[in-house]
Amino acid sequence: MGSPFDINGGACVAMVGKDCVAIACDLRLGMQALTISNNFPKIFNYAPSTYLGLTGLATDVNTVSDLFRYKVNMYRLREERHISPSDPGQPGQLIVPFICGFDSIGCIDFAKDFIVSGTASDQLFGTCEGLWEPDLGPEDLFETISQALLSAVDRDALSGWGAQVYIIEKDKVTQRLLKGRQD
Amino acid sequence: MDKLVAQYSRPSHQNESYSEQEQQDLTESLPPLSLKFALPPVANPSAFLRAMTDDHSNPSCPIKLAHGTTTLAFRFQGGIIVCTDSRATAGNWIASQTVKKVIPVSRLSRGEDKPTNDPTPGLLGTMAGGAADCQYWLRYLSQQCTLHEIRHKRRITVAAASKILANLTYSYKGYGLSMGTMLAGVTPQEGPALYYIDSDGTRLPGNLFCVGSGQTFAYGVLDANYRYDLTEQEALALGRRAILAAMHRDAYSGGFINLYHVKEEGWVHHGFDDMNPIFWKTKLESGEFSNVTSEL
Repeated sequence: MGSPFDINGGACVAMVGKDCVAIACDLRLGMQALTISNNFPKIFNYAPSTYLGLTGLATDVNTVSDLFRYKVNMYRLREERHISPSDPGQPGQLIVPFICGFDSIGCIDFAKDFIVSGTASDQLFGTCEGLWEPDLGPEDLFETISQALLSAVDRDALSGWGAQVYIIEKDKVTQRLLKGRQD
Repeated sequence: MDKLVAQYSRPSHQNESYSEQEQQDLTESLPPLSLKFALPPVANPSAFLRAMTDDHSNPSCPIKLAHGTTTLAFRFQGGIIVCTDSRATAGNWIASQTVKKVIPVSRLSRGEDKPTNDPTPGLLGTMAGGAADCQYWLRYLSQQCTLHEIRHKRRITVAAASKILANLTYSYKGYGLSMGTMLAGVTPQEGPALYYIDSDGTRLPGNLFCVGSGQTFAYGVLDANYRYDLTEQEALALGRRAILAAMHRDAYSGGFINLYHVKEEGWVHHGFDDMNPIFWKTKLESGEFSNVTSEL
């Protein structure tokens, strides 16, 4: 049995743009070589502009996303406001683009450009370093994150089979489905 | 008159014989130099190799062999269809999407001899398992087949060619060879013939084989739709469809569909086509692959 990180496969990426952020994931759920499902989104929504992408062992993705939903709901009832991604302790903060990533034991990476995770993370680092630039508008950021993700998963056997992208702006969120290679 | 008869009749090979000296040279000559491989200076080379390369039991093994493939071949009324994917993986990394896993065997069937669209005489071999092992040993087989052709003044049978390969893989049994190959050809002696040979030394004649990590998916499609009296167009479509299913479900298969048809006059190539447009065309036109979402 291989590492739990590459049993089910999957990839996720987030990027910062000008007054917007984007987060995208692939749709594969596999059992080693066998593709079980091509409709397994790995991005979860917790507040109007708070999204979490989870990759790794699928059972843990489900557990963590559910536990997180429970905790966020409790937070919202207690504090009587939505949770925000950056600093949960400060009400009325400025609305700024913010992304961060975690490894599996909790080390936070406050990146100013992009965050990658999953079985295609090496490939994603390559495509993001190559395509990302500062201050991209929502449409350009969508194009950049989509191309970065699709190119990366095309070089990874365990992720792909379509993708989902969220473009998060101040007042709206756009969700798109990408038609990726089906092999 | 004798001249005319000689021109239009086949020479009787049976009566031609080699001199004693020639026969001795042919049968007792040493194997070529390239076949003497240096083995690692350890007590048990095969166990050592397995420890170095088996990433199933040891994911951090230092040598990662390229694995993962789907190949198929089946006999039908009009000859033999040979079809493969084109992906090469090293672990989860897709090393190439454009591998040619169908390898022409024997001198006459090499591309440079015949740059036309006409059928090319000779056998076809498929590649599954270690890419290097398959390429090297099919090239070696090609050499042996060409030598056979020169010695006996006629093309080798598929049975004989497959036996050369099977004897070879059996002699290296336990030394870590990794190959699953199918040999397909049509000869006057046998008609359409198909053999499966692998690195364990197995050699099986048969009507229908699928080899590689995606073999089960290909067998599923093939078993459901296979008939011996398929037309040429139906057979080509079935080969393509079986590989498509395997590429879709198997993570280690994908890329391009490489399709060949072996018939009496030789083999014909029917394209090296990207699976993606074919997949969406199949999905949209015949409603198959309904598991794939196309809407949010």
